[in-house]
Amino acid sequence: MTNIPETGRTPRVQIRLVVIQILVLSLLGTLGGRLWYLQIRQGAQYQKEASGNHVQQVVDPAVRGDILDARGVPLADNETRLVVSASRTDLLKQKDDGKAVLTKLAGILGAKPEDIIQKVRLCDAKTPQPCWNGSPYQPIPITDKATPKQALQIRERSEDFPGITAEPEAVRRYPGPGKSNTAQVLGYLSPVTDDEIQKAKDTDSPYLRSDMVGRSGLEREYDKELRGKAGVTRYEVDNLGRVIGKAKADPAESGSNLVTSIDSRVQRVAEYELDKAMKAARTQVDKNTGENYKADSGAVIVMEAKTGRIVAMASAPNYDPNVWVGGISAKDYKALTGKDSDYPLLNRAIQGQAAPGSTFKVVSTAAAVQAGYVWNGGYPCTSSYSVGGQVFRNFEGENFGPISLGRALEVSCDTVFYGLGDREWKKDGGINPKKGQPKDWFFKTAHQFGLGKETGIDLPNEVTGRVPDRQWKLDYWKANKDAWCKSGKRNGSYVEKIAYENCLEGNKMREGDEINYSIGQGDTLVTPIQEAMIYGAVANGGTEYAPTIGKAIISPDGKSVQEIKPRVQRKLPVSQATLKGMDDAFAGVITRGTAAWKFNGWPQNKITLHGKTGTAEVYGKQTTGWLATYSKDYSVIMTIAQAGTGSGSSGEAVRNIYSALYGVQGDGSVDNKKALLPQPQKGLPKVRTDGTIDSPKVTGDPAKDAEASQKDNPSNGDSQQPAATASPTTGNRNTRRRPRRRGSRRMPS
Amino acid sequence: MTGANSFSVSGYGPERAGWTRIFARDSVARRLDWPMLLAALVLSLIGSMLVYSATRNRTEINQGDQYYFLVRHLMNLGIGFALMIGTLWLGHRALRNAVPILYGVSLLGVLLVLTPLGATINGSRNWIVFGGGFSLQPAEFVKVSIILGMAMILAARVDAGDKPYPDHRTVVQALGLATVPILIVLLMPDLGTVLVLVTIILGVLLASGASNRWIFGLLVAGVLGCVAIWQLHILDEYQINRFAAFANPALDPAGVGYNTNQARIAIGSGGLTGAGLFHGSQTTGQFVPEQQTDFVFTVAGEELGFLGAGLIIFLLGVVLWRACRIARDSTELYGTIVAAGIVAWFSFQAFENIGMTLGIMPVTGLPLPFVSYGGSSMFAVWIAVGLLQSIKVQRPMSA
Repeated sequence: MTNIPETGRTPRVQIRLVVIQILVLSLLGTLGGRLWYLQIRQGAQYQKEASGNHVQQVVDPAVRGDILDARGVPLADNETRLVVSASRTDLLKQKDDGKAVLTKLAGILGAKPEDIIQKVRLCDAKTPQPCWNGSPYQPIPITDKATPKQALQIRERSEDFPGITAEPEAVRRYPGPGKSNTAQVLGYLSPVTDDEIQKAKDTDSPYLRSDMVGRSGLEREYDKELRGKAGVTRYEVDNLGRVIGKAKADPAESGSNLVTSIDSRVQRVAEYELDKAMKAARTQVDKNTGENYKADSGAVIVMEAKTGRIVAMASAPNYDPNVWVGGISAKDYKALTGKDSDYPLLNRAIQGQAAPGSTFKVVSTAAAVQAGYVWNGGYPCTSSYSVGGQVFRNFEGENFGPISLGRALEVSCDTVFYGLGDREWKKDGGINPKKGQPKDWFFKTAHQFGLGKETGIDLPNEVTGRVPDRQWKLDYWKANKDAWCKSGKRNGSYVEKIAYENCLEGNKMREGDEINYSIGQGDTLVTPIQEAMIYGAVANGGTEYAPTIGKAIISPDGKSVQEIKPRVQRKLPVSQATLKGMDDAFAGVITRGTAAWKFNGWPQNKITLHGKTGTAEVYGKQTTGWLATYSKDYSVIMTIAQAGTGSGSSGEAVRNIYSALYGVQGDGSVDNKKALLPQPQKGLPKVRTDGTIDSPKVTGDPAKDAEASQKDNPSNGDSQQPAATASPTTGNRNTRRRPRRRGSRRMPS
Repeated sequence: MTGANSFSVSGYGPERAGWTRIFARDSVARRLDWPMLLAALVLSLIGSMLVYSATRNRTEINQGDQYYFLVRHLMNLGIGFALMIGTLWLGHRALRNAVPILYGVSLLGVLLVLTPLGATINGSRNWIVFGGGFSLQPAEFVKVSIILGMAMILAARVDAGDKPYPDHRTVVQALGLATVPILIVLLMPDLGTVLVLVTIILGVLLASGASNRWIFGLLVAGVLGCVAIWQLHILDEYQINRFAAFANPALDPAGVGYNTNQARIAIGSGGLTGAGLFHGSQTTGQFVPEQQTDFVFTVAGEELGFLGAGLIIFLLGVVLWRACRIARDSTELYGTIVAAGIVAWFSFQAFENIGMTLGIMPVTGLPLPFVSYGGSSMFAVWIAVGLLQSIKVQRPMSA
C-alpha cells in the first residue's frame, strides 16, 4: 500500500471518473435538448405530418343536377353506366396482391389480365401509362362500359371477387330530346385544373380533384348550383394502408336542377330551320361575287317578348355535346377548336357580331324623333344622296318622294336616314366641333337601346358589339394610327388609301362616317341577342328585359324552388306614339315591305307579325343577312353570314318557326292543336314529391312535323330572289348597296 | 425488495430473524443502491407499457394475442430480476474467479451464432434460436464477460498493491481478451454491438488508470478502423444506406430514410404531454418499424410526450449517476473498472438508441436498456445492475 489511497483509486483514475460522469451527463443533456427541439419547438409541424400520414380520404362524387327545358324535358342529365372498379386496399390484403382475382375478372370482361393489372397499379416516375393517377384509397375504375350481364356475374359471385365492385355510376349526358342539339347554350364539362382547385380552396364551394367543371354555356354559368357537393369520407389508415377506423364522413349532396325557358321542340325547329336555310343559301349564286353563297355561320333566337326569356337559341355550325362525355379525344378537341375548324364551340347568338344593316333603322328612327324631327314630316326619299362630290345611293335607285319616318322605316329608305344623319352631323359641328357642341343623338340613342354593351344574358362570355361613337373613334385611332400612317398611301390601293385617310383624320367623326352609321353600316356591330332584346322591347311597348335562359333552380329534393325572375334593364327612349308608328311600319314590312315575298298567305289578321330586314356589308366577304321579327309574344331574330339578304336567306325559316309556334298551316289556317307554344310557357314544370320533375315525352322530330304542315305554303321553295309579283308596293328592296366610296372605312376587322 | 430475504450474506452483522434482519443497520437491504434499483425497475415497467402499446395491434407478430409481448416482457423482467439477485448473491468478486468460465461460455455462444445454429434477423446473424420460440443473443453477454475479464486482468496487480497503474503488458493482455469476441461479432456482422464493445473498452481503460497513450492510441485506432471499414467495403449495403439516410433523411423517404422519418414524426407529434398511452396514431397505425425493440422510445415520444420521454431520459440519468458514484466509491480498482465499464455500456447504448430515434445518430440495431423488448438485453442489463449493487454492498470489504 504505497501511494494507493484507501478507496483504491489514484488521482488519475479519480479525474477520469469525473470526466466520464460529465461526459455521460452531457450526452443525456443532448438527448433532452434534442427531444425538446423536436417535440416543443417543431411539434406542430410534426403533428401535421402525422395526420397526413394516417388520414386518407375517399371522395364520393355528387350527382350533377339536370338542365331541363321549360316543360321539364331534360336537356342535360346523367346516364347510368355500369362501372367496374377495384379497391386497391382490398386487393393488397390478398395473398398474391389480388392477381388471381384480377385475372378472373379479365376473363369475365373479355380483356387481357395484363391490361387490367396495369390499370390498377399506381403511377409513379418509373411506371408508364396505363396506371392509376388518383388516390390509392379511391376505387379504381377498370371499365365504364360493363354490360348488365358482366355486372351481374361479378355481383352475384362477390365472394369470388373480393375488392371488385360493379356499381351503376352517373355520367353526364346530353340526350337531345326530339333531335334538338342546344350544344352551345348547354356548354360542356371538363376536369377541374390545379389552378382552379387552388383558387377555390378557401371559398364556400371548394373543388375536389375528381370534380368536373362547367366550361361554357349554362354548365358554366350555373356550375355552382348544378355541381352539388361531393361527399368525403376520411379514413384512418395504418402503415400498409389498411383502414383502422372511419374518421369523418360528409355525405354527397346532389346538385340542384336548372329549369330553363328553352322549349326543346321549338329549339329543334329553330336549329332545323337555321340549318336548312344555310344549306339553301349555299345553292344560290351571289350576284356580287359570282360565286355561291358560303353561308358559313348563323344564329337564331326565339325570345319571349314580354319577359326576355329565351325559348330557343341556336348557333351554326354546331357540334354534338356528347363528345365531351367521358373525356374528349385529342382528335375531337382539335376538330372543335383547331385553326381549321369553323369554331362550332362559339355561341354565335351571343358571341357573333356583325353590322346590323337596316335592322338598325329602329334606332335611327328613334334617334331622329329624339332629335326633334316630326314623325309625319316629309323627308325626301331620293334615289341618291350626294355629299361633297360623293354619291350615296338608295338601293336600286328607288325614289319615293317626300315620306314620313314610318314610311321610311317600312320601305327602308336609306336616303331619308342619310339626310337626317348628315343634318345632325352638321348641327353637331361638322368635322371640327366645339367642345360640348355635339348632341350625338344617333349615338346616344344607340346607347340608350343597350347597344355597345352586354345584354346581361345568363351565359358566359357574351360580346358587347360596338357603337362607333366619337370616343370609340378616338381610342381606335390611337391604337392604330401608327400602322395606318406607315402603310397608308395617298394614291395607293383601296386599303392603302383608307389607311392614309384614317391616319389623317381617323380620330374625327367624318361626314361619311355618320351617314354610313345612320343605316347601320360601317363600324357598327351588334349581336343577335341585342337585336332580340331591342325588337322584343318594341313588341312589348318599350321595356327592355335582360335576356334569361335560367327560369328556376330546384333543389334535388324538390323542396326549394328558387325562381329566376325576368329583370327589366331599361325603357326605350321612345314615346308610345312613336312605338305605335314603328309597330305599323314593321307590320308593313311583313305585309307589303321587304319581307312580304316570304310571308305570302300568312294569316296576319290572326297572328300579326312585324319585321325588319337588314343586310350588312363586310369588306372582302359576302353580305350578312338579318331578319328581326316579332309577334305580340315573341321576337325571333335570325342572321346568316355570307348568305345574301335577310329576307332571302332567313325569311322562310323565320316564317316556319312562327308557324310551328302558333300552329299555322300551309294554307294559312291556324291549328291550335299543332301549335307548339301559342302562348309563352307559364309556370314551372311540376315537381313530384320525391324531387323528380314531371316531364312530357318528346318523340319523333318536331321540325319534321312542322315542316309537313307547310306543304301548301305559297312562299315555300322560293329562291333567293323574290318573285316579280310578290309585292306590288315595294318591289325588291330588301337590301341596299352603297357605293364603295372614298373614305368609308369598311376594313376587315 | 422482496427477494432480499431469500439469501443472506454471512459475516455482515449479527444474524437476526425476519424483517428486522433485512432492514437492520449494515444489512444488505440497507446498503443496496435503492435509487438506482427503483429507477431501473420503473424504466422496465414503463417499457412494458410501451411494448404493449406498440404490439397490441401487430397481429402479424403477436400471434393474435395482444398481451403476447407484454407477458413476455414481464417474464423477461422477472428472469432479469432473478439474475440480478443471483449476481448479487454470488458477488462480483466471486464472479471474478469465474471469469474464465464466463468468458469461455460467451465466446462459445457468439461462435455458435456463426454456425448453422445461428439465425439471421434484420441482416445480422446474431441469434441462437432454441426450440419453443426461445432465442438468445449471445453478444449481449459478451458485454458482461468483457467487462469482467478486462477488469480482472487490469486490476489484478493494482489491487494486489504491486503497481499504481496497469502496465503495458497487462493492457495488451486485456485488449487481446476483448479483441477475440469483437472480431467474431464483427463477422456477424453486428456493428452496433461492436461499437458498444469498443466504448466499453474505452471506459474500462479510462477507469483502470492505463497510460494516456493507450487511450489516445485506442481513439486513433477507432477512427482508422472506421476508415478501414468504409474503404474495404466490409459494411453491407444496408449499413451504408443507413449512414446515407442519416446524413440526409429526405433521401428516399419510402426506403432507407423511412424508419428515421417516421420515428421523428412520431416523437415530434407528441408535443408536451403526448397523445396519451395507446392513443398515438403513428403507433396505432404501425408506421414505425421495430417499435417494440429498437424504436421503443418513439412510443414514449408520441404517447407520453416531452414529459414522459423526458422522464425516461431522467431515469436513465439516475441509473448512470448512481453507477458513476459506485465507480468512484469502490474501494478496489476491480469494482471501479466494472462499474465504469457498465456506465460506458449503458450510456453509449442509451445515447445511440434514443439519438437514432431523434435523428442525431445513425440507425443501428441496439436496444434501449431496460425499456426495449428483448430477453437477452433485459437479462444482461439486470446482471449488470446486480454487479453494480454487489460493488455497492460489498464496498467495505476485508481482503
